[in-house]
Amino acid sequence: MTGLSKRFGAKVVLDGLDLTIAKGQSIVILGKSGTGKSVLLKHMIGLLTPDAGTVEVEGEDLWGASRSRRDEIRRRFGMSFQEGALFDSMSVGENIAFPLKRHTQMTPGEVRARVAECLSLVKLHGIEGKRPSELSGGMRRRVGFARAIALKPEVLLFDEPTTGLDPITTDVLARVMIDLRDRMNPTMVTITHDLKVAFEVAERVALLDRGKILVDLPPREFEASSDPGVRAFVQGDGSEDAESGLPAEAAV
Amino acid sequence: MGLLETVGRLALDALEFHGRCISLLGLTVRGLFRKPFDGRALATQVVRVGFDGLPVVLLTAVFTGAVLALQTYVGFKRFHAEAWVGSVVALSMLRELAPVLTGLMVTGRSGSAMAAEIGSMRVTEQIDALVSLATDPVQYLFVPRILAGIIVLPMLVVLANALGITGGYLVAVRLLGANPVVYVQNTFQFLSLNDLWSGLIKAGVFGFLLTLIGCQQGFDTTGGAEGVGRATTAAVVLGSLAILVSDFFLTKVLF
Ligand SMILES: Nc1ncnc2c1ncn2[C@@H]1O[C@H](COP(=O)(O)OP(=O)(O)OP(=O)(O)O)[C@@H](O)[C@H]1O
Ligand SMILES: [Mg+2]
Repeated sequence: MTGLSKRFGAKVVLDGLDLTIAKGQSIVILGKSGTGKSVLLKHMIGLLTPDAGTVEVEGEDLWGASRSRRDEIRRRFGMSFQEGALFDSMSVGENIAFPLKRHTQMTPGEVRARVAECLSLVKLHGIEGKRPSELSGGMRRRVGFARAIALKPEVLLFDEPTTGLDPITTDVLARVMIDLRDRMNPTMVTITHDLKVAFEVAERVALLDRGKILVDLPPREFEASSDPGVRAFVQGDGSEDAESGLPAEAAV
Repeated sequence: MGLLETVGRLALDALEFHGRCISLLGLTVRGLFRKPFDGRALATQVVRVGFDGLPVVLLTAVFTGAVLALQTYVGFKRFHAEAWVGSVVALSMLRELAPVLTGLMVTGRSGSAMAAEIGSMRVTEQIDALVSLATDPVQYLFVPRILAGIIVLPMLVVLANALGITGGYLVAVRLLGANPVVYVQNTFQFLSLNDLWSGLIKAGVFGFLLTLIGCQQGFDTTGGAEGVGRATTAAVVLGSLAILVSDFFLTKVLF
């Protein structure tokens, strides 16, 4: 994506942002709460239209393509949403089966098997029959994760998959992501506030700040970077924000 | 804000609303002719709109027919035309009251429910999730609902016609002592098939309008739970207005 800009009313969220992600690469995007990470991710799959700039997938302009072409491109994507975004008119099993039924010729038996497989990946076996409203926030997010990977997409977008989970489940999910990365080699974009997960999953770590990518480095170098923004972020230091009179937001 | 400014804003809002409805309608028609056609979803919506509407529509029809008989009787008695109560009840029900009242009732029952359901899908990112799963949300959500509206409304109106006429009959014969045979004769004497058809065509159009507006209001919801509430109310108000306004023009065209 090049020169990407997006504003809501008077609020500029993305400001001429440039980012190129190579096929099969795993990138983690960090940034303070409310800097526009989710907005950036939604641009990648064409859920939001940029005010300026372009989003290209393998050289093809997402917003220059026809509607049906855009859907064809999206079929290669899987996205998990920050709040799960499960269809609450369906059971958990139907949620995960939804993309399978719509976009594949799988038999009902195969669909059932794949649903069970995805659910056990996120350590939620046997809850196919439950309604989304019966689940906790963390469970919903994990079901959303399972739905995103059901089609084995080439590009995975994860919006804070581990936020609000206990350390053990977080680790389980991080392992699932690493396993996915190593086995299917998808292009993976992960948003997280969890630095441990970030450094485990990422081949690149990018820091989003004031509508631009501030730093974009491999995990080790990112950790060692002397950039003040990065240092404050890695150490969870809100003093700079507090001093400049802004409300100190938790960075980690 | 000056008066002029208020009027201008209202006019712009109205224009924007019509533009949105037309462009969403375009997408719906496009979705209608594209795979996959979801017959199961259509059946679900038909059953839902039908069953939700049935009790209110039937109750409304019986009492409307009854009160119509009562009122016309009082009026017609003044010039000794009581015999024509049956004709008036039947004509007004078939041509006008059954379709309009059914439309209004279903707007309150199902148009609002559609706005609330789709609106809450919007604010909880379920519509974004549909898009991310390469599913056209307009095709997925609008097509079955709008088709259901077009199919179900005429069916409800047939029942409303029957019950309205029955209600009128009961009042005239049981309460006012009209001769049952004469009453029934008068009821059907001046009815033509055209009366029935014009009512059913109206019903189809109303079903289309109220579902389109319900879906549109839900789809364009912004602002969380409060926004869903606003969309629901707007679906009822705008849906009812659309029915009443289009009714005039339809009557003029269909005669
Ligand atoms: N649909 C919208 N309408 C108006 N403003 C929006 C909308 N979506 C996002 N914003 C604004 O854009 C900014 C960035 O939001 P975004 O959700 O991307 O933050 P984030 O980086 O994902 O934060 P978090 O880590 O808390 O999830 C916020 O200030 C938010 O107010
Ligand atoms: Mg976010």
